[in-house]
Amino acid sequence: MVTYIFRRLVTAALILLGASYFVYLLTAASGDPLEEFRASNSPQKQQLMDARTELLQLDTPAPLRYFKWFGGAVQCLVPFANSCDLGKNIAGQPVTEALGFALVQTLTLVTGATVLAILIGITLGIVTALRQYSTLDYGVTFMAFLFFSLPIFWVAVLLKEFGAIGFNNFLRNPEVPLPTALGIGVVAGALTTVAAGGAMKRRLLTGAIVFAFVTAVLIYFSATEWFKTPGLGPVIIAIAGAGIAFAVTLLSAGLKNRKALQSALISVGVGVVLYFVLQPLLNDATFLMIVILAVAFVLIGMGIGYVVGGYDRGQSMRAAAITSFLVGFLILLDRYMQAWPSYFNNSRVRGRPIATIGASTPNIEGDFWVLSLDSFTHLILPTLALILISLASYTRFTRASMLEIMNMDYIRTARAKGLSERTVVMRHAFRNALIPIATIVAFDIGALIGGAVITETVFSVRGMGFLFLDGIAHVDPNPVMGVFICVAITAMVFNLIADLAYSALDPRVRVKS
Amino acid sequence: MAEDGSRISAAAGIEPVLEAKGLSQGQIVRKRFLGHSGAIIGLVVFALIFVMAFTSVGYLGIPGWWKYTHEQVSPLVNDGAPTSSLWPLAWGEHPFGQDRIGRDLFAMTMRGAQQSITIMLVIGLIAGLIGAVVGAISGYFRGWAEAILMRVTDVIIIVPALLLAAVMAQLAGRRDQGSWFASFASTNGVLALGIFLGLISWVSLARLMRGEFLSLREREFVDAARISGASNARIIFKHILPNAVGVLIVNVTLTMSAAILTETALSYLGVGVKAPDTSLGLLISQNQQAFATRPWLFWFPGMFIVLICLSINFIGDGLRDAFDPRQKKFNAKKAVDHRGTAVQASAVTAPDGPGYEQSGPEGSQYDGPADGTQGK
Repeated sequence: MVTYIFRRLVTAALILLGASYFVYLLTAASGDPLEEFRASNSPQKQQLMDARTELLQLDTPAPLRYFKWFGGAVQCLVPFANSCDLGKNIAGQPVTEALGFALVQTLTLVTGATVLAILIGITLGIVTALRQYSTLDYGVTFMAFLFFSLPIFWVAVLLKEFGAIGFNNFLRNPEVPLPTALGIGVVAGALTTVAAGGAMKRRLLTGAIVFAFVTAVLIYFSATEWFKTPGLGPVIIAIAGAGIAFAVTLLSAGLKNRKALQSALISVGVGVVLYFVLQPLLNDATFLMIVILAVAFVLIGMGIGYVVGGYDRGQSMRAAAITSFLVGFLILLDRYMQAWPSYFNNSRVRGRPIATIGASTPNIEGDFWVLSLDSFTHLILPTLALILISLASYTRFTRASMLEIMNMDYIRTARAKGLSERTVVMRHAFRNALIPIATIVAFDIGALIGGAVITETVFSVRGMGFLFLDGIAHVDPNPVMGVFICVAITAMVFNLIADLAYSALDPRVRVKS
Repeated sequence: MAEDGSRISAAAGIEPVLEAKGLSQGQIVRKRFLGHSGAIIGLVVFALIFVMAFTSVGYLGIPGWWKYTHEQVSPLVNDGAPTSSLWPLAWGEHPFGQDRIGRDLFAMTMRGAQQSITIMLVIGLIAGLIGAVVGAISGYFRGWAEAILMRVTDVIIIVPALLLAAVMAQLAGRRDQGSWFASFASTNGVLALGIFLGLISWVSLARLMRGEFLSLREREFVDAARISGASNARIIFKHILPNAVGVLIVNVTLTMSAAILTETALSYLGVGVKAPDTSLGLLISQNQQAFATRPWLFWFPGMFIVLICLSINFIGDGLRDAFDPRQKKFNAKKAVDHRGTAVQASAVTAPDGPGYEQSGPEGSQYDGPADGTQGK
């Protein structure tokens, strides 16, 4: 095992060496960094050229300049020496500094999108595999192909037009006219009818209920101008929490496990009580406090599950912990909604909250809630675009993997010995179907750091992709190399992790030492 | 024979195991592909776009039937709005509208579609060829050839395509040098871009082909061929390649659909097709600011990208189903209708079991026609 990892790392290092040399030469050969000065008529033309030549060491030919760069880059491997030197970019800024900034921007942009895409994609893939050849399956398959074929820059422009400009116009006067409300209700109802399972009568009934509910909610929102002053309030949190408790118990323990259902419902009750307790505390929140509260909610849930117990204490604890965490999330959402009017009327935002470019409103001032709302409104469009694009592959892959598993002999055995369908799907099939998905998830997380070059360009986020593109445009090898090294190292490490994870998850696959 | 097959499949709801009827691999694949409605629709749509794009504005100097070209400026009709209408069905003067200076968008879109399709085909051809050769050599001969080729593959796979494209664009744009490459690239910009992208997108294909060759070369029919004195070339081309061709074709199709998006993305970023010529990605990039005033400039090129890519993806999906003998297409509706006769029919047509989704390990993927020569 250790030998295997060692051999893989050595190979990776050699590949990295070769590829980085190649990339350096290519970037250096791609153009003339002094071109803008050659064409200029400035009197200090020669000085400017000399200054840049010295800054980028242009007097050394590129094949040798690489080794100078390499000498600096190797020092990054020395731990705690703080002598990392990746060179300077064309503006004279150290690349390590620029990389640090770009990395934060990229990760805030891409992490949420990837996590959401993975969650939604896997869920859709499993549902479609369980209802193979249903209308839902065909619909989702078609949508997956469609999203897979969309150019992201096209989607981005559409989202900017309808998601930002259109929605901001709507927010100026948030009234949903009755025909629109009815129309949205009909669409939602029709989609539910198609997606729901069971006999036609039951599906139609579900669709009708959803239609009535959605239309009523929209009319209510319109009448009370909810979009201007949104909020959930303890009543809705309690109702939604009860729904969450039932759903979580259904999936994680089965509704027959009464003790698990009890502990989930109790944790909802505790959450509603905590809603009132926490309000003054949340007024001066920090990020750390939110994290601590999230952990506390999970621990409270586990505690409730432990006390209630039942024949399977672990199941009760799990159900209660998940429910409690989700209720905590609802409380957080409510607090954000309370902060919405003050963000909306902020002098910098001026009533057009959804932003089309950048990562934050310039010079905005406000408390924790306003600032994080500001980043959310900037992140929402690029995140949506990225989710749409990357959703398809997860859905298709999960569906294929799940279908293969569902036809395995041990699934038939599990059914034959009388296990409930929930246990068969969640315990026997789902876990095994996740094994091949674990590897592509590892790949994608490895690729996260490279950012999404086109998305960053369209939405003017100054992340890794922007740094890379900017370096290419100015024939500036150092930032290009910085981005490349970061991306390549993470990709290779995550490749290795994917292989090791696969062999750990699937005992039939063994790594050779 | 065809009537026979369809009658039985109607009875069983499960497509009969055609291998038992003495059809060649090609016939089986064709039959299954033609039975895949999504793939057929994709094929028809793609053929329509292909014919329309290449005949309307002309290609390689041959004039087309459309009255404008993508560079020609004509007076604005109706302020450039599209003149086509569904009811009454009419083309009008400028069916897709005109841009700000009066160029015909239909001509520009058709020209862009030509470029995208050309690049896609070039990439598919080059990537398929190099991928197959590299994969076959490293998978079949192993040893040092495999070591070197796979390390080269590893290096190319982590070098960002964007950088390579940018370098290529810079080199092609440098006219002062007068090298053969620069002169070739300036006259055949699109072809150069396609060749270039093809030269870097073969790597994943090579890996897949190597995997196929690795597993196929250990099979008994390869041993048998070797013992009976077949040369390496004969084993590769006659015995292994026909069994690996499914994986190759399917993945070439998928590479091509990805290539369309790559080309449009590169053109959008300004390192693909350059300004006097046009491409679908470039059209969107030029016109995205005009979305509020002239939305049609943005809609039509985008729709064509989506249509081309979607149809190729559907064709690829159909090919995958057709080439994968493990996936017997199961028609649930027919099975419910004819539940009574299912058992009987499958027993008649399928000597080796009803064969709905054989669930074996990965190795048993090609249990049917083991040798490409069998059944001919």
